[in-house]
Amino acid sequence: MPLLKVEELSKSYRQLDGGLTLATREISIQVDKGEFVSLVGPSGCGKTTLLMCIAGLIPPSAGRVLIKGVEVNGPAPDLVLIFQEFNRSLFAWRSVLGNVLFGLEAKRKRSRDAEEKARHLIRLVGLEGFERHHPWELSGGMQQRVAIARALAYEPEILLMDEPFGSVDALTRLELEDTLLRLWQELGSTILFVTHDIEEAIYLSDKIYILSRRPSRVMHRIEVDLSRPRHQLATRADARFMKFRNEIYKQISNETGRDANVK
Amino acid sequence: MHFAWKEKLNLPGLATLAALLLLWEASTRLSPTLQFYFPPLSQILLSLFDLFLAREVVGHCLTTLGRFLGGYLLSAALAVSCGIALGYFRRTYNLCEVLIEFLRPMPSVAIIPVAILFLGIGDRMVVAVTVYACTWPILINTIDGVRNIDGTLIDTGRTFGLSRWTILRKIALPGASPYILTGLRISLPIGLILVTTSEMVVGGGGLGFFILDEERSLRTSNMYAGIILVALLGYLLNRLFLVFESKAMVWHRGMRAEGPV
Repeated sequence: MPLLKVEELSKSYRQLDGGLTLATREISIQVDKGEFVSLVGPSGCGKTTLLMCIAGLIPPSAGRVLIKGVEVNGPAPDLVLIFQEFNRSLFAWRSVLGNVLFGLEAKRKRSRDAEEKARHLIRLVGLEGFERHHPWELSGGMQQRVAIARALAYEPEILLMDEPFGSVDALTRLELEDTLLRLWQELGSTILFVTHDIEEAIYLSDKIYILSRRPSRVMHRIEVDLSRPRHQLATRADARFMKFRNEIYKQISNETGRDANVK
Repeated sequence: MHFAWKEKLNLPGLATLAALLLLWEASTRLSPTLQFYFPPLSQILLSLFDLFLAREVVGHCLTTLGRFLGGYLLSAALAVSCGIALGYFRRTYNLCEVLIEFLRPMPSVAIIPVAILFLGIGDRMVVAVTVYACTWPILINTIDGVRNIDGTLIDTGRTFGLSRWTILRKIALPGASPYILTGLRISLPIGLILVTTSEMVVGGGGLGFFILDEERSLRTSNMYAGIILVALLGYLLNRLFLVFESKAMVWHRGMRAEGPV
């Protein structure tokens, strides 16, 4: 049984003038335990809407989401969504340690060794020494690390991430990608990752779903069989990496009507 | 503003105060007819000293302080919990909105006769009136505070599987705390006004009663001593509050100094 199964999920919004907008159309995806899966698609294609539905934060208009075979109805337990606006999702009144402890409190696991666990996670995301700082004292990349540590403290079965590295600079982004891969492997997590960056998706994932523009549907599924552990330079220089990139790029740009033959 | 008390002493301001007090002392000494209305400051301070020796006024101070704290803390508990619910649940707010908008601008002293009617005269009545008056600023600010919380924070609570109750407690309450503290600061002097006024109306001890009673007994010097005591009480309570606020809101000041994260 797959860990996460999305069956023909559609979501439409009522507009101010009363008309309906379709954000996603009959999307079906599947994530198995321990997988790193990405959703790639053009900006504004309804990826965030899809994640919100999967997380159970908004109800789908049609179709369903199953976690370990159980239909999601309301905020899904055993699942944490890291928001695109990670900086706005951190608790400004709590320290870094307090924010990470929140993940344990939410799981009702605030025991005597909770603080030790939280400190361990803070070390894992590379924020040792910043335990007593508040989120607003940190850079964007560091804030994202806090958000990741807080989510991992909850020990979710699946971690959903909505363009988490979209608003940090390029170098920080590469660092964060490697931190995430290391954590994913060390902790044996399952991650569903949304991005519009094709190379990021290939670099991170086992499997990529390519989404069309709005109303989005799954156009294609790609198995990324590049060897692990991956390396920012070596993996990206691999000929197969280039092949995946061209393939995905063609899919997306054909769809959006741009000239795919440029590459 | 919050730091005013931490900064250097405001010497020109203190000098102005000293000059006025000197003027008071000198003018009342020169004109005996004025002395009934304005006893010399030195005489008032002597009365204050005598009153403390006689212990009676200490009881009045404690009565007023006790009633104030009782009413203020009760209203804080009531208004913060109601405000959080009203700020979070839109429909509940709609039910109460008209009532709140009608009662809030009403001068709270108008409720004193009603309180007497229901509770008679005594501590319970004074406390009830204080609770009523202090509630509004705290309630309104708490509602505003909860409304201004970023929706992403609430969604964060939801994705971590928190119940609504826990979201209110762990996210809405701390998130709204800067607004709540503003409400509490506004209510502080209001509470003291209502305690003193009620005491003047119903008697039964307390500084308000004492001030009016001394005036009626033509002991103006004691009356002024009483006024100085309420003023001091208000000043000290405000000081205490500011210390508490600056400790509790370190994160908020820091965040604002950094600009939006």
